[in-house]
Amino acid sequence: MTTLSPPGTLLRKEAAGTTRRRTDSSYPLWFAVPAAVLFLVFFAVPTFASFWFSLTRWTLFDVEFIGFDNFVQFFREPQLVTGFVNTLVYGILTSGAKVVLGLALGVFLTSPILGRGYLRAIVFFPVLVSTIGVGITFKVLLDPFDGVVNRVLGWFGVDGPGWLTDPDLALLTVAAVDVWKGLGIATLIFIAGIVAIPQDYFEAARMDGASGWQQFRHITLPLSMPATGTVVILSLIGGLRSFDLIWAMTNGGPGFTSDVIGSVIYKQYQAGFYGLSTAGNVVLFAVVAAVMVPVSLALRRREQEL
Amino acid sequence: MFTAHGHGRGLRRGLAVGAAATLVGSLVAGCSGGADSGGAVEISYLVPNDATGVESAERLISAFEEAHPDIAVDLQTQPDGTEGDNLTKTKLATGEMEDVFVYNTGSLLQALNPDQTLTDLSDEEWVSHVSDDFLDTVRTDQGLYGAPTGSSFGGGILYNVPLYEELGLEVPETWDDFVANSETIARERPDVTPVLQAYGETWTAQMLILAAHGSVAQEDPGWAERFTAGEAKFAQEPALAGFEHLQEVHDAGLLNEDFASLTHDQALRQLAEGGAAHYPMLTNAAPAIAQNNPDELDDVGFFALPAADAEHTAATIWQPGAVYIPSSTTGEELEAAKTLVEFITSSPEACAIAQDTGVATGPYVIDTCPLEDGVPRMVEDLQTYVDEDRAEPALEFVSPVKGPNLENIAIEVGSGIRSAADGAAAYDEDVRKQAQQLGLSGW
Repeated sequence: MTTLSPPGTLLRKEAAGTTRRRTDSSYPLWFAVPAAVLFLVFFAVPTFASFWFSLTRWTLFDVEFIGFDNFVQFFREPQLVTGFVNTLVYGILTSGAKVVLGLALGVFLTSPILGRGYLRAIVFFPVLVSTIGVGITFKVLLDPFDGVVNRVLGWFGVDGPGWLTDPDLALLTVAAVDVWKGLGIATLIFIAGIVAIPQDYFEAARMDGASGWQQFRHITLPLSMPATGTVVILSLIGGLRSFDLIWAMTNGGPGFTSDVIGSVIYKQYQAGFYGLSTAGNVVLFAVVAAVMVPVSLALRRREQEL
Repeated sequence: MFTAHGHGRGLRRGLAVGAAATLVGSLVAGCSGGADSGGAVEISYLVPNDATGVESAERLISAFEEAHPDIAVDLQTQPDGTEGDNLTKTKLATGEMEDVFVYNTGSLLQALNPDQTLTDLSDEEWVSHVSDDFLDTVRTDQGLYGAPTGSSFGGGILYNVPLYEELGLEVPETWDDFVANSETIARERPDVTPVLQAYGETWTAQMLILAAHGSVAQEDPGWAERFTAGEAKFAQEPALAGFEHLQEVHDAGLLNEDFASLTHDQALRQLAEGGAAHYPMLTNAAPAIAQNNPDELDDVGFFALPAADAEHTAATIWQPGAVYIPSSTTGEELEAAKTLVEFITSSPEACAIAQDTGVATGPYVIDTCPLEDGVPRMVEDLQTYVDEDRAEPALEFVSPVKGPNLENIAIEVGSGIRSAADGAAAYDEDVRKQAQQLGLSGW
């Protein structure tokens, strides 16, 4: 390996150095074989097979090569336009809300308050519950006529809307439940980030007479940037790929008003359009990559600047 | 679903023990070299995992094993609906299908690629006893694949009979009469919902469109054929009427307030108890009413979905499911499987079990099993349409093409999100995709 790399730029030398270090490892290379085989059989082969099947009309019995027709068809799906917009709205909304609320809760739960451990546990609790369970529970709670939420609102004379049956509200309702469920992880990451900030900065700032807000604005916020980046990336990827909660709560309905790319793909699969749904997955892969690569590059640059 | 699951568990464990015993038996037989000394042929029988289906299958099997002690039947279940569709396709494609299985007829069968995956049953004795309307839904140009299980059912409007008597209303023959009746009900009995819709379960939203096919077929007998060829469209009359009616009942304010979230069972209960007058639905709702409101079963009547013109008004008939044998079953298992299919289809025992476990939902499609007296009121009403020759098979039995998104499009039209014309055009697009997947020409 090393003989192949010509002496050149610093970058290349660095790369060669890494390679040498890896081959010099005390473990023989064939230790990696079981993992590599599993990776090839269960990940690499299906991935490439799916690129092939996305170019076919596939009934499980017959495969007919039809070029890019599936992609043309997929982009003509009536739900897809709504699905695209909804996916972006859902991803950005849930991600944004998790950052803002997670940071607020993170600051709150790192301050010296009574019952801190208990409150931390409470916030993290929803994360442990199954998504489908959460979806079905909230579907019952949010029933427009018999649900607890609207009953309670009724006591105060408020006529609660059809949270999941009103076409304008359904997606936002699901997004709110998603935030409730995912907030615990975001808070946990922020707590870890905030706790890692050395106390010296705060002491020095207090000596100089900085207010609580100034400490937050100029110390906590910038120094928890790595945590913010992690939360944004995790929740944005989760939001763009979201499917289970939406499926459990609305099935993409009423009509197609809360469909996201994930549920549109699933519906194609349900209908037996295997080639078409595979093409949809390739599209989803491209969309997530197209959104996430720039976001993660930008965040990394930001961190390095700090 | 969960009850059915728990219910089947004890049975399955018992069967597993039995299967293990048979397996050991056949292994021993194999070692000693005598294949026929192993005793009974064992075949598997797959039914959808719902409570009544499993119960009647268990009774069928014990009756069958009594009549044919040389054949042992192993009961298997799988989920219903689209999940079951996918499982069925996967099992057939990989040759793992059970020896006898229950599945839908009509357009869903066509998607299984029957000529390659199923065994032709056209030479069986029972075929001559089955109605042609049914046989048309289980055959292709190359063979006949399914034997009927259960009774047919009708689609149209289920209505509350005491309410009609109280207000002195006549069964409507035209759509305008139907709307007029609904408006009378709204005026005279403000506490009663004129027309129920239960979009909490999406499939129910399709009824006003699917049950309109009886009238479409009466008005234009060649419609289904031209639809399959890609010439007739839902965006044009007469088929557009179904979408228009769906929009009209919403826009005219005839629906229940909670139409977006009501479930099918809740709707049936309201209808039976007189809280609502009309519910566009199938007569296979009879068993659910018999279970939840046994005393009100005969308060629910049936009439065909009225057309614009009274002379075209006709009931739409759904054919029952069928049992099939996959082509992967061969040899003595195939013979045993054919014996089981014959037993399910035409034995007096099977007919007695069918009439005993469920409530009849419409006429049986085999002449060896007639409708008994004392069927529910709605089934009697349906039978009148059949006897008067005012009944047509549903579109999914005369055309292999059915778009997968009809229920969601119907919900959009039925809750005012999309106009009827728009919805019909969207459905035509949906149908095109299915036709291409089936490899039909002209699309």
